[in-house]
Amino acid sequence: MEFALTEEHRLVQQTAREFATREILPVASQLDAEHRFPTEIVRGLGELGLMGVTVPEEYGGAGMDHVAYVLAMEEVARACASTAAIMSVNNSLVCDPILRYGTEEQKRRYLPVLASGRELGCYCLTEPQAGSDAASLQTTARLDGDRWVLNGTKVFVTNAREAWVFIVYARTEEVPGARGISAFLVERDYPGITVGKVERKMGLLASSTCEVLLEDCRVPRENLLGARGEGFKVALSTLDGGRIGIAAQAVGIARAALEESVAYAKERRQFGRSIAEFQAIQWKIADMATRIEAARLLALRAAWLRDQGKRCTVEASMAKLFASETAMFAAHQGVQIFGGYGYIKDYPVERYFRDAKITEIYEGTSEIQRMVIARNLLA
Amino acid sequence: MGRDVWVVADHAAGSVRRITLELLGKGRELADSHRGKLVALGLGHGLEGLAQVLGEYGADVVLWADHPSLASYTTEAYAEVVSSLVRERTPWLVLIPSTAWGRDLAPRVAARLGAGVVTDVEALWVEDGQVLARRPMYTRKVMGTVRYVGEGPHLAVVLPKVFAPAARHEGRTAEVERVALQPAPPRTKLVETRSVQRERASLTEAEVIVSGGRGLRGPENFALLDALAAELGAAVGSSRPPVDSGWVPHDYEIGQTGKTVSPTVYIAVGISGAPQHLAGMSGSKYIVAINKDPNAPIFQVASLGVVGDLFQIVPKLTEEVRRRKAQA
Amino acid sequence: MDVVVCVKQVPDTEQPIRVRPDGSGIEEQGLNWILNYYDEHAVEEALRVREKHGGTVTVVCVGPARASEALRTALAMGADEAVHVADPALEGADHLGVARVLARVLGQLRYDLVLCGRLATDDNASVVGGALAEYLGLPQATAISKLDIQDGLATVEREVEGGVEVLQVPLPAVFTVERTINEPRYPTLPGIMKAKRKEIRTLTLADLGLSPQEVGPEAARVRYVRFEPPPRREAGRVVTPDSPEEGARLIAEFLQETAKVL
Repeated sequence: MEFALTEEHRLVQQTAREFATREILPVASQLDAEHRFPTEIVRGLGELGLMGVTVPEEYGGAGMDHVAYVLAMEEVARACASTAAIMSVNNSLVCDPILRYGTEEQKRRYLPVLASGRELGCYCLTEPQAGSDAASLQTTARLDGDRWVLNGTKVFVTNAREAWVFIVYARTEEVPGARGISAFLVERDYPGITVGKVERKMGLLASSTCEVLLEDCRVPRENLLGARGEGFKVALSTLDGGRIGIAAQAVGIARAALEESVAYAKERRQFGRSIAEFQAIQWKIADMATRIEAARLLALRAAWLRDQGKRCTVEASMAKLFASETAMFAAHQGVQIFGGYGYIKDYPVERYFRDAKITEIYEGTSEIQRMVIARNLLA
Repeated sequence: MGRDVWVVADHAAGSVRRITLELLGKGRELADSHRGKLVALGLGHGLEGLAQVLGEYGADVVLWADHPSLASYTTEAYAEVVSSLVRERTPWLVLIPSTAWGRDLAPRVAARLGAGVVTDVEALWVEDGQVLARRPMYTRKVMGTVRYVGEGPHLAVVLPKVFAPAARHEGRTAEVERVALQPAPPRTKLVETRSVQRERASLTEAEVIVSGGRGLRGPENFALLDALAAELGAAVGSSRPPVDSGWVPHDYEIGQTGKTVSPTVYIAVGISGAPQHLAGMSGSKYIVAINKDPNAPIFQVASLGVVGDLFQIVPKLTEEVRRRKAQA
Repeated sequence: MDVVVCVKQVPDTEQPIRVRPDGSGIEEQGLNWILNYYDEHAVEEALRVREKHGGTVTVVCVGPARASEALRTALAMGADEAVHVADPALEGADHLGVARVLARVLGQLRYDLVLCGRLATDDNASVVGGALAEYLGLPQATAISKLDIQDGLATVEREVEGGVEVLQVPLPAVFTVERTINEPRYPTLPGIMKAKRKEIRTLTLADLGLSPQEVGPEAARVRYVRFEPPPRREAGRVVTPDSPEEGARLIAEFLQETAKVL
């Protein structure tokens, strides 16, 4: 059993860390304050190959594995959780399903552009009435000659405002539940697709989260992704990879909170000494650090399993569950360590607190993750 | 023979530069304690008058290499002259100023002669007959002590402002020897020297830095620092929070994720003194801190700490500096 | 236009560096080893020369086994070939020794130009470049901030006190580069994958026909005897003046009388 990273993995980690430190970190709090999409940074990530880490070289990707993806995601998220979310959606929720379920034509049309970061993709599954119960989605798709016609409303779509391609899940069969769903590749210019309201969120403020409206949206027949009725299978297998990405994002947020707290604790003096000397602070730091190590290992193991082609649903759920709760824990402790300053926007911890929360919700709430894990053991 | 100490002089436009006087000061001390002569080596063209100055500042002997091909520094011509003189006369120590040309020259001469060379020397002394030097390493996080092996000649490239300049003895003369040398024409040609008027002194070169932190509250308040810096001829920098908040560009940043600076004076305004920031400026000779929080860690490293409202103190300081300069 | 870049692997000084309690060196536990920043700039400049003039970029490193990762980083940036001299007998060699080894490696390579970083951020010495030029018998320019090549002639700029020198240097030559010369590219992930497939040629002193006595610690002309943390700055005076005018006066007086910068 080998815990050490290979040379390539170390190089990826180092490159991602340098890029994140020099290009993202200096502007992260500004991006958050201005709710500004990190256009230049996304372009830079694309040039590095980070927008399509596991896309094979023949399709314009970096041709690397999920372990590399997790390492890079943690570094980017440490600097800016919003940027990491943008990166994770593009990698896990868009490139990955196209890679796994796409036809050769679909792969050639979409992957090189997405992997380069020149254009972005987004994932449209959730609806106002279908959140955790995604299989109950109501968006429909009817075949009309050589076009699919989609109707419905999607919500909470990250990257929708900037995206070129939308993976939309819609009901094609007259059966309820998962078996009636199919996946579609919809481009921004197709008639009938509109990006609606941009949500005003608690955190992840530099990324856009929007409503997507489909009104008689006409999609070419060849843009069915995967087989008819296979859509939910596409969605779930996509989520496995997505959860690994979110786990890595959460580890990054948690690490940011830890690093800032350590630096602050050493500097801040009260009662005649640095607060790092107080046991209360030391224990918080110890707990944060330990959970972060554990979360990271869970994420890396799930990534490794996915790379081996092994089933990783449960491990990905465990990683996402634990890492997201760790991010929330670390951010919470971080604010507490900073005391009053933790509440002030001049210091980064309050941003981590606001950014961490979503990791417990999206790509499957913690409640759903617990269901997945328990079912595996109790079924 | 004795233990002669040589100083390669840095001069420009007919005058000896300050660092030469500092090396002569140290050289005098080392030569005296080892019964050697202090020899100043001047290379250039049209150097009349320099020998006299070098004598007044303590040189016993001035070796004079005056030749058209030495009018401006080129590696090959200077390396040839210095190497052949050192090889011929085997001094014990050769002190070279840490200037652009000095740093360029020393390794070449060292390699040619097989001599030990130490750069960025901040201290130089003798223990049990061995010469030791101290120098900063790991971007100033570590100080290394180096011992020269063998008899010499030992080359030391010395930093400015670490040694006190020699005292001047008016009327003191050195024995002047004009070196008859015909250095071969160098392969490299100096095409042009452009003097650059830098509007803002660069942080890494500035003698004085005025630096702002979170305490400035907003980007517009950096104007207060600009005004003070203008009076002091200083560069303006910042700690990390103003950069993170977008008040100033990243190239202002001093600290672990920014630049490392070592000015003579670092004026920290509204900076708390986080370890990451200290790492970037702890090489400053003097640190002046202005902060309203008496518990700010910066006060533990400041040479002079003033507890007060920077918004009141800085403008008054600017005025006071202006007043004193006018009086001088 | 074939370019050779000499690189070094150093600990990342943006991380804490601690001196061992006995002063014999720095704590190696937990150090993050990277390609020296200045050498990144040198590799970048070499890649730009290749983009403009064609040819190959070869990176050479003298260092322990772990230093191959620094070479891999350079390959990931786009360098074509790499040579690693990894011989434990070189531990404790001084800069002249290292330069001699590099010169011997270069003797086996085809090149028109040799680039190095101006200094390495571990010892900050700035010696190897000039020494290498001497051993190769080539013209040199140190700390260059600009490089243009035309018809076998290099025009370089270097910053000197108060200005900029423009030099013309015939190739082949050795230049050490200042960080202001360019903005190095990041190794991309595809670049890292490609680098995996490039071979790093590993050599020992014996392969180069050199003996440890010639270039190793026995031949060193300088030896490090002690390492210490930087002197702890003593706390100076902290005053709470009665008025801002008083505060301003105290500072101005300090600047004038003590620091002597007014």
